[in-house]
Amino acid sequence: MEKRQIYLDNNATTPLHPEVKKEMIEKIDVFGNPSSMHSYGRNARENIETARNTIASFIGAAQGEIIFVGSGSEANNSVLSLLTCQLKKCNVRGFAKPRIVTTSIEHPCILETCECLSASAVDAEYLQTDEFGKINISELEEKLADKPLLVSIMMANNEIGTIQDIKKFAEITHENGAFFHTDAVQAVGKIPVDVNELGVDFLTLSAHKMYGPKGIGALYVKTGIPFCPLIRGGHQERGRRAGTENTLGIVGFGKAVEMRKIEMEEEAERLLKLKKTLKEGIETNIPDIKFIGHPTESIPGTLNVSFKGVEGEAIMLHLDLAGIAVSTGSACSSGSLGASHVILATGISEEFANGSIRISMGRETTPEDIEYTIDSFTRIIPKLRKISSRY
Amino acid sequence: MEDLNWIYTENVKDHFINPRNVLDDLDSYDHDGYGKTGNVKCGDEMLFVIKVDSEKQIITDCKWKTYGCASAIATTSKLSELAIGMSLEKAYKISPKEIVKELGGLPENKIHCSVMGDKALKAAIEDYYRRNKMEDKIKKEETRIICECMNVSEHEIEDAVLEGARNYIRVQEMTKAGTVCGECKDEVIKVMNKYLRLHF
Repeated sequence: MEKRQIYLDNNATTPLHPEVKKEMIEKIDVFGNPSSMHSYGRNARENIETARNTIASFIGAAQGEIIFVGSGSEANNSVLSLLTCQLKKCNVRGFAKPRIVTTSIEHPCILETCECLSASAVDAEYLQTDEFGKINISELEEKLADKPLLVSIMMANNEIGTIQDIKKFAEITHENGAFFHTDAVQAVGKIPVDVNELGVDFLTLSAHKMYGPKGIGALYVKTGIPFCPLIRGGHQERGRRAGTENTLGIVGFGKAVEMRKIEMEEEAERLLKLKKTLKEGIETNIPDIKFIGHPTESIPGTLNVSFKGVEGEAIMLHLDLAGIAVSTGSACSSGSLGASHVILATGISEEFANGSIRISMGRETTPEDIEYTIDSFTRIIPKLRKISSRY
Repeated sequence: MEDLNWIYTENVKDHFINPRNVLDDLDSYDHDGYGKTGNVKCGDEMLFVIKVDSEKQIITDCKWKTYGCASAIATTSKLSELAIGMSLEKAYKISPKEIVKELGGLPENKIHCSVMGDKALKAAIEDYYRRNKMEDKIKKEETRIICECMNVSEHEIEDAVLEGARNYIRVQEMTKAGTVCGECKDEVIKVMNKYLRLHF
């Protein structure tokens, strides 16, 4: 079989869309400080505001509700900084004990920040998931009785793709007087997201998960909702995020969103079909496997599968040698010690927990890629099982 | 992408792709010693079986199976090559360091958790000693593993104490013991206290 190069790790990051690349090259000399009033500054400012407008309209926000930040992680950290803010001008008042309710399957930028804040004044509570990675609304309801300040629940999970019922969660959160944030980094650009429809107060998005550049993210903050800046000391972004704007990144972000508006719907349909082929192909050819995540309420291009008796890193590296790039939630991956917290949260048995592989397809994925991937799994898994002491 | 350096050395890659001396079927492999180590929760488990020339006390053949990452597979494969033809006495003393050296190195974070083949081989040799009423050859102290997940021995915990660890968290930081499933916590503390009393 001819070796190919196939990138199936689009949840980690995506390649630049050719149109984004073109736009960024074209604008690479826009160097003026957007805060300057002269023509150089005004040119940069105009580019930024055009992008802001594009992004805002994509998620149903007003232009002034979008803050540009350095990454999705920064956006999430910014929202959480609300918890410890005592400043009058940030407008967070009347809460005896700052309390946050979040979930056990959030991105580490939420979980570790919560852990850090818990060491000081903040109470953090974590909702558990069912076997499909879904959060139970009645559990949230219970925790809301403790009157938290903030609820933060990710819209779509990066590892297993499960989509949460954000609209319901936001509604019930508001009924209990708390603010609602969703980390929608893996959702925006893959499925329709509308902040008014969802009724959220904060929403995080990131450019490099939707064929835009790295190092640029955005945070939606609903008008009138209290906000405490994480990075202070500048008037940029209406005083909500200090630091000279990343004009080129923002331009690329804007273009990426513009392209999403055109391509997302059709791509989602195509990826759902490819996922079905991939799932059936793996199921037919390899015994003792488990798909992790929700069978239907999941982002289109993501499939997480675990193979009994084989370890994820070994599978991933064999696939890498075959030219296929995926990721794994095994203990051995990226220096972490136990298996991925998301995989474990689904309550999967130990036999399977370390054998999970995440395949995340994208706009460049073809049916031929998927055929080749199925063939590669079919070749690699029995090979590893043959030398395994657990199979 | 193909021209980039791979995550492991060529030698590791070779053993990972073409593992040597893999055990096909335990029941049909007539062995003189059997050893198994590791923990599926942490993602690594190894099984080693050996054949021994009882007169010369030499390992004439060995086979293995591994559930684990690429470096776990490669190090066990390399070890099986080294062990064949080796005296029991020498094989009993093979350290992770020697295997790693033979393979041209491993990333540091991999050495502790994935090089466990030597423990499985030791267990197989001890099994042989037990079967042949040679228990006197078994060195208890050196081979006692306290943390199964991270493969940390009593000796390593003693070293950590000698190097300044005075509490459980510090022992965890220095040896990685108890950082995965945590089941060994009480035992680690017991061992730590034992050496704190002994040395200080």
